[in-house]
Amino acid sequence: MLEIKKHTENEYLTLEIQGDIDASSSIHLDAAMEEALGQNPGAILIDASHLEYISSAGLGVFMSYIQELENKNISLVFYGMSEKVKNVFQILGLDQLLTITETAEDAKRIANEL
Amino acid sequence: MLVVLDLVLLFSNMNNMKSGIRSELPHLLLSLFFVFLFIYYRYIIGKAETVNFIDLLWRVFVTGLLATIVSLAISFLFVLLGNNKISENALLINFFYHINLGLIAAFLISTFVVWKRLILYQKTRKLLLTWQVFEYSLMASILFNFLNFRLLDTSFIVLLVLLVVMGLILSFNLKWVAYLNFKQKWKSILLILLVILYLWYFLINLFNFSTKYVLVNDLLNNIFILALFGFIFLYAVISLLVILFNLPTSSVFEQKLEEVINFQRLSQSIQTGQNEDQVYDILLDSSVSAVFASAAWLELDPSAATPKNRKILFNLDELDCERVQATIEKSKLRLSVTDSIGQSNTSQFSGALKDSSFRSVLIMPLLVKGNETGRLVLLKDVADGFDKEMIDIIGTFVNQACVSIENFQLLNDALKNERYQEELKIAQRVQRSLLPDALDSNPDFDIIAFSEAADEVGGDYYDTYRISPTKIAVVIGDVSGKGTSAAFHMSQMKGIFHSLSQLDMGSKNFLIQANDALSRCLEKSSFITLSYFIIDSESRSVEFARAGHCPTLLYQAANNTADYFQNKGLGLGILRNENFSKYVFVNSFQYQAGDIVVLYTDGITEARNPSLEEFGVERLRKIVQDNHALEAKQIQEQIIQELYAHCGHNVLNDDYTVLVIKFK
Repeated sequence: MLEIKKHTENEYLTLEIQGDIDASSSIHLDAAMEEALGQNPGAILIDASHLEYISSAGLGVFMSYIQELENKNISLVFYGMSEKVKNVFQILGLDQLLTITETAEDAKRIANEL
Repeated sequence: MLVVLDLVLLFSNMNNMKSGIRSELPHLLLSLFFVFLFIYYRYIIGKAETVNFIDLLWRVFVTGLLATIVSLAISFLFVLLGNNKISENALLINFFYHINLGLIAAFLISTFVVWKRLILYQKTRKLLLTWQVFEYSLMASILFNFLNFRLLDTSFIVLLVLLVVMGLILSFNLKWVAYLNFKQKWKSILLILLVILYLWYFLINLFNFSTKYVLVNDLLNNIFILALFGFIFLYAVISLLVILFNLPTSSVFEQKLEEVINFQRLSQSIQTGQNEDQVYDILLDSSVSAVFASAAWLELDPSAATPKNRKILFNLDELDCERVQATIEKSKLRLSVTDSIGQSNTSQFSGALKDSSFRSVLIMPLLVKGNETGRLVLLKDVADGFDKEMIDIIGTFVNQACVSIENFQLLNDALKNERYQEELKIAQRVQRSLLPDALDSNPDFDIIAFSEAADEVGGDYYDTYRISPTKIAVVIGDVSGKGTSAAFHMSQMKGIFHSLSQLDMGSKNFLIQANDALSRCLEKSSFITLSYFIIDSESRSVEFARAGHCPTLLYQAANNTADYFQNKGLGLGILRNENFSKYVFVNSFQYQAGDIVVLYTDGITEARNPSLEEFGVERLRKIVQDNHALEAKQIQEQIIQELYAHCGHNVLNDDYTVLVIKFK
């Protein structure tokens, strides 16, 4: 039960994630990330406002792209995350490596600054 | 058999000599002889298990040949002794006549039994009944001999005609003819012609005897024999004509039969353990022979499960194939409006082709699990070479092949799944074995752990290590991912834990070293969350660091509160360089009697009830707060009990581990 919508606006590529990311659906997330990176956008924004749940496998997907994003100089910014999901990122410490903001506007602004 | 025959004959002759004693006796013996022959042949011929028509006819032919040779020899003897007085000897004439008679009877009856087998091939109940009436009537006619009627008596004629008419009706059962192939038909014609020849010869022979000599027991007066003659002759003639007229159409029947056999091969190919390639081979062969295609190829799509774009060619080479393919594409565009037959699927195509060597083409797509996995292309050197019938049969072949392949793939999937399940079981065993049987402890605290794995293998890990008599390292961790790879990473973690702990390097260095080691061996998307504790009984203090693992819950007896440590930390394997050290934070606290540390994995806090409500950290905190007076074991039991109560019958789909340390 995972749906990923992709839309591009200027240099921002937004992935709108809806539903749960568990071990099995993380494969789709991985494919979507791979595809997004392939387009070489200025920044990838993750709209997590409809992300209900993320398992360690899902976190692993984001984690596995950190190095590549850095190499390609693409910034990755999350926004709209629920408290619960944000907590998962925080426990693992990913909030220290990834940029998590509140709104799409914040995300765009921060993506530019990075 | 012949010995008995001769004995009977001789006996019969002896009786003839003493004629006048009893006139019924020779009849009786003759009848017994007939019945004996009848039973004998029925037994011999009926024994043949498989129906091989040519063999049956061959048997008739051989019997006839033997009878004819002997009979010819006798005639020759008569010619030799022609003018001799001996030939006038009634006894001798009768003796030879009886040998003749016996042979002819044997031939007739054996042929009769063979005819019976042929007529009753694919019998119906009605046919069987008619046949039985006929057979019993014939048997009855043996008895009729006792009445001693002469040839040409009215009742004799009536009965004879009746039997022959019955025979004629039965003679139109010739289903076996259809099952002969072209060659067999020619053989049958030859054999049946010979049978007719024998019949004619025997009849002439009998007439000769009958007219030339005075016979004690004239066979021509025997209604049974005459009826047999009539019946066998009729059936022979009718079969002959039917076979003759069937000759031109036999190829069609053979074709159909071959189609059925090919169809069967396709459908059975999976059971016989053949692989996909063999199914494709059979499909191509069958299709080519079914429509007499001059050339064909089968191409398999690269996107399917097959490794590469493969082609199986028949009667043309790669270059030809490419040329034809290009031509087809052109023709298809032009003709798709008029000639395409695919209503339901557009890639099916049949039409004319403007090519140097081929004039018409039939393309049939291969659909496996609803996806087009390839196509079969048949070519012919004549225009309009594929009629509706052919397209249908090819469609059936292709369907059957696809079903076979689909089944094959399903079977493979099932096997793969089974193997996967087996692997999981092994991984589960490995994982269990990685968890310690007993935990190290010191007199000033109790430690108890509980861990349960979900259906699949998870990656919950906990362990202890005695660094020194007063120092014990405790670890709890969760390996991301599931299945065999999780178990594998967990075993790496265990190795790292045991080797680094003995170096007594402190929790910060432990995490940095562990991250360094894991960075080299973890998969790109894998990480391990961990909390590492060193309990020092001498200073009654705990030093710990958290690497992305769930916050530690601590109950302090001094202020009677349970709370989580809110320190930062980063999972192992996430940042695979020296920067990781920036994210390691060490905590420490002094413990007192009654203090409780609860370690757990996210399987506990993220466990959801049917309405998707998580167990959560607050519930866990409250349990510890409320039950702080209990022993470590009881607190652990309380937590698990409440966890089950929360989830209800909802199956837990993650591993869950809880570890309780209570200080004294």
